[in-house]
Amino acid sequence: MSDSDEKNGQSGIITLFFILGFIGSLLLGWIIFPELLYSKKEQPVAFNHALHNEEVANGCESCHFFREDGTFSGVPKLAQCVECHEEPIGVSEAELTFVTDYVAKGREVPWLIYSKQPDMVFFSHAAHVKMGKQDCVTCHGHIGESTSLKPYEENRFTGVSRDIWGGNIAGISMDSWDSMKMSDCDKCHKELTGRQTSVQTQRDACFVCHK
Amino acid sequence: MKDFHEKKYGMVIDLDKCTGCGSCMVACMSENNVPFKEDETKKRLSITWMKVYKFTNGKSFPETEVCYLPRPCMHCEGHGGHSPCVSVCPATATDYSTETGIVSQIYTRCFGCRYCMGACPYHARYFNWWDPVWPKGMEKQLSPNVSPRMRGIVEKCSFCYHRLQLAKEKAYSEGRREVRENEYQTSCTQGCPAGAITFGDLINPKHEVYKLKKDQNAFRLLERLGTNPKVYYISSREWVRRAGDNYLAHEKTGKKQNH
Repeated sequence: MSDSDEKNGQSGIITLFFILGFIGSLLLGWIIFPELLYSKKEQPVAFNHALHNEEVANGCESCHFFREDGTFSGVPKLAQCVECHEEPIGVSEAELTFVTDYVAKGREVPWLIYSKQPDMVFFSHAAHVKMGKQDCVTCHGHIGESTSLKPYEENRFTGVSRDIWGGNIAGISMDSWDSMKMSDCDKCHKELTGRQTSVQTQRDACFVCHK
Repeated sequence: MKDFHEKKYGMVIDLDKCTGCGSCMVACMSENNVPFKEDETKKRLSITWMKVYKFTNGKSFPETEVCYLPRPCMHCEGHGGHSPCVSVCPATATDYSTETGIVSQIYTRCFGCRYCMGACPYHARYFNWWDPVWPKGMEKQLSPNVSPRMRGIVEKCSFCYHRLQLAKEKAYSEGRREVRENEYQTSCTQGCPAGAITFGDLINPKHEVYKLKKDQNAFRLLERLGTNPKVYYISSREWVRRAGDNYLAHEKTGKKQNH
């Protein structure tokens, strides 16, 4: 066997290890890391948005409404649900559990809020929906047509819902409702308002969305 | 020249009316979740977004006179929004808004280098040496509209910016774009029992502060540094106005020095 053959054999092994290592790191970064990063929790009650949407008169605003002072109610409180669900009105098991576990005991449902922003973020529904004429779907997606609630995923380090960063670990979003990061808000603000009120960044001022 | 601000929120404080009671400080701390420690005797370590200073004319009895001076953040405009603190921040944690004229502080961006504290000639910025701890049960009185701070970052008066956010929200839901003068007032303004503090838009002729800032006795602190602050003071007493800046013996106070 000549010297060059030996070298060829060695470089083949090196290439093989490189490819294996490369694939390994890709798997680690793109699949295993996101799995480890987020904890999964089921919602306390199985809720069917599509079913409710058919029954109510005013679409999303029937349950997710604006208060008189302009603030947004967000996820409904028990009192609102009780308006219809004092007694079970359907035959589903989920409703029965809801009535016996929460309505009968007067307990608030500890809903896990997918779109809850971190503490330093100020978001005004009035500014976006009433003034900006944005649809609910633009940020929340087609959740109103869903028949079941997906598991709530929480970042183990920050405690923030996965929906804020978005499902894609690289932070790439295809639709406007895929993620709700600062860059997503800023992108839309730039396109729709074009405001440059920040002296430092020439974008919308920090104290528009921060508090 | 047209002002580049859309709104220019500012304050006029009448020092002849201020009694030094400290209500503004209390109102500010409770409104803005300002942390305090069990031992607050070391004032150098205290966090006071609004602070009342006491000074005298230095004369002995019976000529002694005392003046109390409430000091919030001055929300300096500098020239073109380059206030001292904004210019030095390496993290873009503090920023100047041409929409409101307010100098913002974003706590999650700040990494605590404290350049801004060194740059601020008014000592309006404070560093959190410890994580805030509220006595048991007191955390329930925290305002959800103001995010609490953590150890290792700088904080300061925001002109109760969250109140503007809420006022805007209400206005929008009623189909208005403009917030009325009485809808956005700072906590200290409303807390002052003497009515010494007036707050509003300095470039809106309909607002009270617009008239008050033009008072013959109006002055700003360390005005000649070029910080261009948005907090005006009024005092009928010459020695108080002189204390607002460094004057040579022959120099006079008054409107002439205003930028």
